[in-house]
Amino acid sequence: MVKFSEDHEWVKLDGDIAEVGISPHAVEQLGDIVFIELPDIGTNVTKGDAVAVFESVKAASDIYSPAGGEIIDVNTALADDLGAITADDAMNNWLFKVKLTAPSDLDGLMDEDQYNAMID
Amino acid sequence: MNTKQTPLHAFHHAHNARMVPFAGWDMPVQYAAGIKAEHLATRQSAGLFDVSHMAQLEISGGRAAADLSTLTPSDIAGIGEGRLRYSLFLNDQGGVLDDLMIGRIGDLFYLVVNAGRADHDIAHLQKHLDASTNMAIRTDRALVALQGPQSANVLGMLGLRLDDFRFMQLRHFDFDGTELLISRSGYTGEDGFEIALPANVASEFCDACLSTGLVTLAGLGARDTLRMEAGLPLWGHELDETITPVEAGLGFAISKKRRDMADFPGANRINDQLKTGPKRRLVGLSASGARPVRDGVILRHNDRPVGSVTSGGFAPSLDRPAALGFVEAELATPGTSLLADTRGAPTPVTVSNLPFVQHQYFR
Repeated sequence: MVKFSEDHEWVKLDGDIAEVGISPHAVEQLGDIVFIELPDIGTNVTKGDAVAVFESVKAASDIYSPAGGEIIDVNTALADDLGAITADDAMNNWLFKVKLTAPSDLDGLMDEDQYNAMID
Repeated sequence: MNTKQTPLHAFHHAHNARMVPFAGWDMPVQYAAGIKAEHLATRQSAGLFDVSHMAQLEISGGRAAADLSTLTPSDIAGIGEGRLRYSLFLNDQGGVLDDLMIGRIGDLFYLVVNAGRADHDIAHLQKHLDASTNMAIRTDRALVALQGPQSANVLGMLGLRLDDFRFMQLRHFDFDGTELLISRSGYTGEDGFEIALPANVASEFCDACLSTGLVTLAGLGARDTLRMEAGLPLWGHELDETITPVEAGLGFAISKKRRDMADFPGANRINDQLKTGPKRRLVGLSASGARPVRDGVILRHNDRPVGSVTSGGFAPSLDRPAALGFVEAELATPGTSLLADTRGAPTPVTVSNLPFVQHQYFR
């Protein structure tokens, strides 16, 4: 089941690996994306750390890790193909994967209905 | 805070604009196409912008020219009938209070000032205008900018006869029985027009432009990327009370006659700078790589801070990041390598000539 943060990240949990992306709403709000920076594999992150940056024409937007742990994989293909970052593909475009140190970090994330209510 | 609405507010909503507050107004930052597409459409065909948030002023009376002279470095008396000039309100240190357009049409001077400085400029004028000089604030009018290589064709398709109407000219035109006040001018570097028209006709005019099939609605986002590529300053970024026109590369806005007379605010300082060169200059900055270098970023040379970015982002026509900024005059030579203190790792930038994209004015 997918969960959402207040900062428009989505999280899919598989055992103790959290796969993280940004929501279709977030992609629409960003507009034309001109550059993204993803974290390095092996980086240790804490819940709430700014770990990635999406630069659109007008502004830079931080992407936060919804949980603490180690970055074990990063979607570098996406950084090289910004055109693939669309609202339609947002739920499939994972950005990074975190091996969780504390799965309880994900408590308090919203389910899809709660997230949709938030963005309305 | 109550944001103000332009006469095209409902029109924007009907066209799916994303609205943002700007200088106290509710304005479209983009429409469905997005900033990049709106920008490129303007350079390739024509973009249509609501700029009704800018204040339109009419100054008239026997002392009007003299009054405007005291506030600017322009040869106001020398502005011919149907002509427009780029001008500056200066303070006593030669710093820029605002940049504006001043045109002469009939027996009045027509001024367009920045939305963010409208209150300041109106108070400034009221304080300095002679008792006999009249100022009218035309809140009954909308202002739209039609910019791009097809813009003249668009007006032709609307039935306007342009008849040798050239860059920086100002004229009345008839549109379906309504009088429009149009200048061939703009803020994009492209050939284009700025059209003042009664508020209640604005939507109809914009619809007519769209019906030509040559026009894309464009918001403030594209307006900013276009003017940055054109090397045009924005008050509050490349211009403010502490920046002189010489530093900002606007020496052309200082009339030679006024320079010789040294009879405008800040004349001594400005003449000094014109003679010996200013200590800092406005330059273009090209970033290597794909990461934009944004407003406020410090620029370094051999680790020493030597300037800062005043406007920065992505340039759609160049398909890469670009910026404007001030650097110490000795380093302002195109080709000079600097380091921008961007978040994370520093970004190498190179001083570039302005404009990034050549102007296409119809002279």
